[in-house]
Amino acid sequence: MDALLAQSINLFAVVLLVLAFAMIAQRRILTLIHLFTLQGAALVAATLVVAYLTGQHHLYWSAAITFVLKVVLIPILLHRVINRLNVRWDVETLFNIPTTMLIGIVLVIFAFNLAAPIASLSASVASGTLGIALACVLLSFLMMIVRAKAVPQVIGFLSMENGLFFAATAATSGMPMIVELGIAFDVLVGILILGVFMFQIREQFDSLDIRHLEKLKDE
Amino acid sequence: MIFLDWILGLLGGWLALGLAGLFALRNTDFVARVLFPAGSAIGLALAAFALLALFDVPETAILAVGLPDLPFHLRLDGLSAFFLLVIGAASAGISIFAAGYFRHGEGTPPGLLCLEYHVFLASMAMVVLADDAYAFMVMWETMALSSYFLVTANHRVPAIRQAGFLYLLIAHVGAIAILLCFGVLQANTGDYTFANMRAQSLSPLWASVAFLLATVGFGAKAGIVPLHVWLPEAHPAAPSPVSALMSGVMLKTAIYGVLRVSFDLLSVQIWWWGVLLLGIGLITALFGVAFSAVQTDMKRLLAYSSIENIGLLFVGIGLGLLFKAYGMTALAALALTAALYHVISHAFFKSLLFLATGSVLHATGERSLGKLGGLIRRMPWVATLALVGVLASSGLPPFSGFVAEWLLLQSFLFTTGLPNSFLNMLIPVVAAAIALVAALAGYVMVKFYGVIFLGQPREPNLAHAHPASPLERTGLVWLGAGCVLLGVFPVQVIGAIDPVTQVLLGDGIATAVRTNGWMLLAPISVERASYSPLVFLLVVVGAVWLTATLVHRFYHGRVRRAPPWDCGFPAQTSRMQDTAEGFGQPIREIFAPVFRMRREVPSPFDAKPTYKVSIEDHFWHWLYLPLGRLTEGIARLVGRLQQGRIAIYLLYSFITLIVLLLVAKW
Repeated sequence: MDALLAQSINLFAVVLLVLAFAMIAQRRILTLIHLFTLQGAALVAATLVVAYLTGQHHLYWSAAITFVLKVVLIPILLHRVINRLNVRWDVETLFNIPTTMLIGIVLVIFAFNLAAPIASLSASVASGTLGIALACVLLSFLMMIVRAKAVPQVIGFLSMENGLFFAATAATSGMPMIVELGIAFDVLVGILILGVFMFQIREQFDSLDIRHLEKLKDE
Repeated sequence: MIFLDWILGLLGGWLALGLAGLFALRNTDFVARVLFPAGSAIGLALAAFALLALFDVPETAILAVGLPDLPFHLRLDGLSAFFLLVIGAASAGISIFAAGYFRHGEGTPPGLLCLEYHVFLASMAMVVLADDAYAFMVMWETMALSSYFLVTANHRVPAIRQAGFLYLLIAHVGAIAILLCFGVLQANTGDYTFANMRAQSLSPLWASVAFLLATVGFGAKAGIVPLHVWLPEAHPAAPSPVSALMSGVMLKTAIYGVLRVSFDLLSVQIWWWGVLLLGIGLITALFGVAFSAVQTDMKRLLAYSSIENIGLLFVGIGLGLLFKAYGMTALAALALTAALYHVISHAFFKSLLFLATGSVLHATGERSLGKLGGLIRRMPWVATLALVGVLASSGLPPFSGFVAEWLLLQSFLFTTGLPNSFLNMLIPVVAAAIALVAALAGYVMVKFYGVIFLGQPREPNLAHAHPASPLERTGLVWLGAGCVLLGVFPVQVIGAIDPVTQVLLGDGIATAVRTNGWMLLAPISVERASYSPLVFLLVVVGAVWLTATLVHRFYHGRVRRAPPWDCGFPAQTSRMQDTAEGFGQPIREIFAPVFRMRREVPSPFDAKPTYKVSIEDHFWHWLYLPLGRLTEGIARLVGRLQQGRIAIYLLYSFITLIVLLLVAKW
């Protein structure tokens, strides 16, 4: 049973990675939010399994916080934002999608290569998935770079935090509770500020296209 | 232990007053009538406790504030107690003056000013109490920031914002140097307490590096040439009580820093340090006095005069270092006593003069000397007390400035015993230059007083000038009384300075001075030089009284009021009096190479002739403007990174991340 569960961590890790790729390729904002919610759910599941296998009780708490925050609260906030901003249309990408995907694959290889020596040092049950976690972080970062609209960028930022959280769980069986609480709070405040920010951009430029921000540069 | 606890309680009281101001943000009456007088009372109490602590054993305490595992170490020894005395005594007068000074609706709300003001006071006191580099730097920066906000109290005026920026910039350059100095002093032990620094024995090279860094760092705050440029900008910009506090008290914390580092934290002194400080001090003093003689703005004039006094202080400290390096501690004690005497004397008279300019400014709305005059009739209190300050500032007996300068010159007269013949030749020249500075300072003060208070009013609206309010007068009287008492009881004051020199040098001159009784001051021996202030005072007062009585007795009733002799030219106006420019003209000609002067002389056929002269500082063009251009050039290069596109910025972090990960992997 335990062996099966240990295998299931790898499964969830792969789900995370696939979702990260899916988010890069996804053009619709609404689907993007659904994907983000799914990613959060996969993260919660993975954390719960690690918590059960290692018997670390504080991981249950962090799984609970993650659930409340990333599966319930933030998606609701995001839905409200896109409703209020009236932006359920397609998103365009700066590069074409295949090129981005290819860059993403290179990043995944790089991340695995990088994680291999670290993973061998770590004693955690989920240590094999460190490479995937790192790849998720880099892919989300890539997504932030290639997106031109504000909402997808925010989702990229949140998804990057998912990857970081997974990396922490995978490599060291979770961070100290105080750090996790701090990060959770940061993310919540961050999304609120970014929400305000998005409304301000819209107010100013009648669009959420962040390319308009180039005008703010000091000559 | 008890004094330090009381003093910390008083500082807490200052902070509480400041916070109370925050809750009465726009309630000018409450802030001015309750909070500032209370702050003044705390200042008095602080001075009293500091005076008691001066003669007591050093006390230490550890305050559990700051970062975890990094508490503030505090120590109250003779040196800190003396500077606390200066801070408390001078701020008592300035606070009570400020109670009458701050009015409604000028820039920053009064409650906020009250907070900044009291934080400033408390941080200055904490600077001299700090016993580790961490507490010192935190308090030093608090002091710089709070005074920055005070300087820019009237922040709607662009020129004031610029002056504030210049001040903040130089304060930060200095703070970096001080931080590095502490870094050198802890000698790689990682322990930043002053106790550890005292225990280190640095090699001469590193000790010199630490000393030079301390000179630059504290010199930036004190205003030594060429780091003086902020003083003449910030002082006119700040409200007068703030100028008084900055010039009279804050500059002294820099002197404290120099003394603390060079005599206390560094275990060994090298003779050329003393020569360096002597040189810097002399240049600063000459520069300051020459510039102050040609100023036409009364607060700028006083700011340059502060630079001159800081120069004199550095000369005294340099001489002390020189004697200490050659092991002549008795003479070092004499030189340091002179410097410390000047510290407390300058705190009183310069605060007094700045506050007097504040009263004049409020009464007339005018800062330019060319538009003042004859105010002695409209503002008799301010004029009389300013006269006390002016006399003390010019170093005339029986006021405080005389004793300080006399002691300084006395200590020069004994340098012939130095075991270095080159120095023996050089130092009489310095002494002569100091005498020149003292004389020029007198000239400056005659100009300051004469143009503002004597003669006829140069503008018609000066007739409406109103006298200072009772609270303002109280502050001025306190500071004026300080100038007189410090001048009349030098033996007692030297007795209070003695614990400081005992801390720094292990020697003092108080016992030698006391042997002659409390009436007669003879720093070395009665045969060589002595000064009896009370006798002098009695003779002066007696002579004045006698003359006044005689004049009244024989001329009474025969006084005739008529226009004075008008040189056969009856169309005279009060604009034809000697002006500030005219009075400063000889100095402007004699010291012409020192100034960067631009003159616009009218042609003889001009129907409406205008004459314009502007005096600038060479250092702006030699040092600061090239530095500014260099900084702007570099900033422009760096500015190319700024593309304005978020994707590009994200790409920067992304590439940095990848590169760092690659580096970590190898």
